Amino acid sequence: MPQSLTEKILSRASGKKVSPGDIVEVNVDIVAFHDLTGFHVIEVMNEIKHATIFDKSKLVIAFDHMVPPPDVRSAEIQKLVREFALNHEIRHFHDVGSGILHQILLEEYVMPGQVVIGADSHTSTSGALGAFAQGMGASDVAAIVVTGKTWLSVPQPFKLLLKGNLREWVTGKDVALELLKVFKSDYFNNMSVEVFVDVGTKFPMDYRATVANMGVELNADSLIFVPDNEVINYILSERGYKLDQVSIMPDLNAEYVDEYTLELDRVDLLVAAPYSVDNVKSVREVEGTEADVVFIGSCANGRLSDLEISAKLMKGRKVKSRCIVIPASRKVFMRALELGYIQTLVSAGCVVTYGTCGPCIGGHFGVAGSDEVVVSTSNRNFLGRMGSPKSRTYLSGPSVAAATALCGKICEPGDVL
Amino acid sequence: MIVEGKVVKLGDKIDTDVIIPAKHLKYTDPSYLAQHVLEPLDPEFHKKAAEGVIIVAGRLFGTGSSREQAAIALKAAGVKAIIAESFARIFFRNAINNGLPVLACREVTAYVHDGDEVAVDLRSGEVLVKNRGVSIKCGRLPELILNILLRGGLVEYLKSAVN
Ligand code: SF4
Repeated sequence: MPQSLTEKILSRASGKKVSPGDIVEVNVDIVAFHDLTGFHVIEVMNEIKHATIFDKSKLVIAFDHMVPPPDVRSAEIQKLVREFALNHEIRHFHDVGSGILHQILLEEYVMPGQVVIGADSHTSTSGALGAFAQGMGASDVAAIVVTGKTWLSVPQPFKLLLKGNLREWVTGKDVALELLKVFKSDYFNNMSVEVFVDVGTKFPMDYRATVANMGVELNADSLIFVPDNEVINYILSERGYKLDQVSIMPDLNAEYVDEYTLELDRVDLLVAAPYSVDNVKSVREVEGTEADVVFIGSCANGRLSDLEISAKLMKGRKVKSRCIVIPASRKVFMRALELGYIQTLVSAGCVVTYGTCGPCIGGHFGVAGSDEVVVSTSNRNFLGRMGSPKSRTYLSGPSVAAATALCGKICEPGDVL
Repeated sequence: MIVEGKVVKLGDKIDTDVIIPAKHLKYTDPSYLAQHVLEPLDPEFHKKAAEGVIIVAGRLFGTGSSREQAAIALKAAGVKAIIAESFARIFFRNAINNGLPVLACREVTAYVHDGDEVAVDLRSGEVLVKNRGVSIKCGRLPELILNILLRGGLVEYLKSAVN
């Protein structure tokens, strides 16, 4: 029986041939947590007395949610997790200032075909590199840290083909929002979306990361980009490591529950209006909505291409909304510095800081007040997500966010040029 | 294992930011979390839940983040089980791992009303609406999941595995 990529990965990880619907025990290749879930994972480990770490080299820890600590409790949490990392000599530990866990996983660790589990829902981001990647809660992740294994229900594979090319200013985020518009946030329950990028279609790693990031908003068990040359080139440029070939691919005649082809040329500039990710509208439907704050960043859209497109629009202009920009990692920050994007954004009036989640989770660095409207490149606009339950968040891609900051109200990039 | 209680009905897509807002995530103490459960929706919800209720909800209950505090808060507040049309995957696992029974049931919102008295049989997946004599057949939990649940959650399950 030919197998989909999902089945292949889970067959390898469980040591037997699996089919959709099976509940299987798998070996986990990378397990990860951050400060805010990390202390909880450690608490659970302490409850399981005599718990040891299965394989220290497979554990990745990064501080991102409360960075640097905005209050005493956050500082105490980080002390606890830092001590854990030092006591156990965890090599892959990234302290304050390194960046957002999911971005660091892409830049430094994940390989195609791996099973990656993190104590954070947006672990799905690693699907961009061809891994089966899922978020789980603290107890599940503690169990993996201790045993190296977890149980999974093998999802039904779904085939998504990306064809053609995006128009100017339209980016990976609009593709993610288009999928939410078409399928809504619960169509992919118990499914794994395998994304095939057509030959001749340009869909760079940053866009893949955004779409895979939003895979969890589609409630897909995983969203995996079928690895191709883009992955090989990305790993080479980020890590200086040349993969000879991608060793894991779906079989030619693999069976899928269904298929869908997305013509990229037809994707519009989109937003998700309050208060759900699948309340998708075209920018034209909501244009003119005053924006108090614009946030460009998060694990969805804090990458170099997001800063590049923002800087392109902001060059020589001034923002009218308060604008906060947060590169997703130190690496992204450094490159944006070298390329002059940071200078451009600061000159336009933006506040720019190092890699942290910040306003995305209503934590710090720009929490929304009552009746404020936020236009954000992050991935969730639930009631109260970014601050007051009376605030309203519109999710968008970087070009619409940057244009909106310049207009002071929701607008398209074309409106500021 | 049969769980009984009075139904509190909620809508579609009750997300984890609504179940327990991020500002409470620096703590894991169940009694603290219980005080803040579903706070943005109804700051008094924990009082309603205290008598021991069963939540009946629509699609995608628990959508959103991996915060296990969402399951902890609901359970500690007095929620005895959740029956929803569908669940977000991570929340579903978190509930099981904390010994909070969850059951997916396509048609549940059509047949069960707010204030109904129900009995849920976790083994058979059957829901009995006692005050109206209606019985609904929901999906059965796989054996592995039922075992974790019946042992009171993943930590208890693990303790026996590790020690
Ligand atoms: S940036 Fe936002 S969505 Fe991403 S990990 Fe941080 S809090 Fe979660």
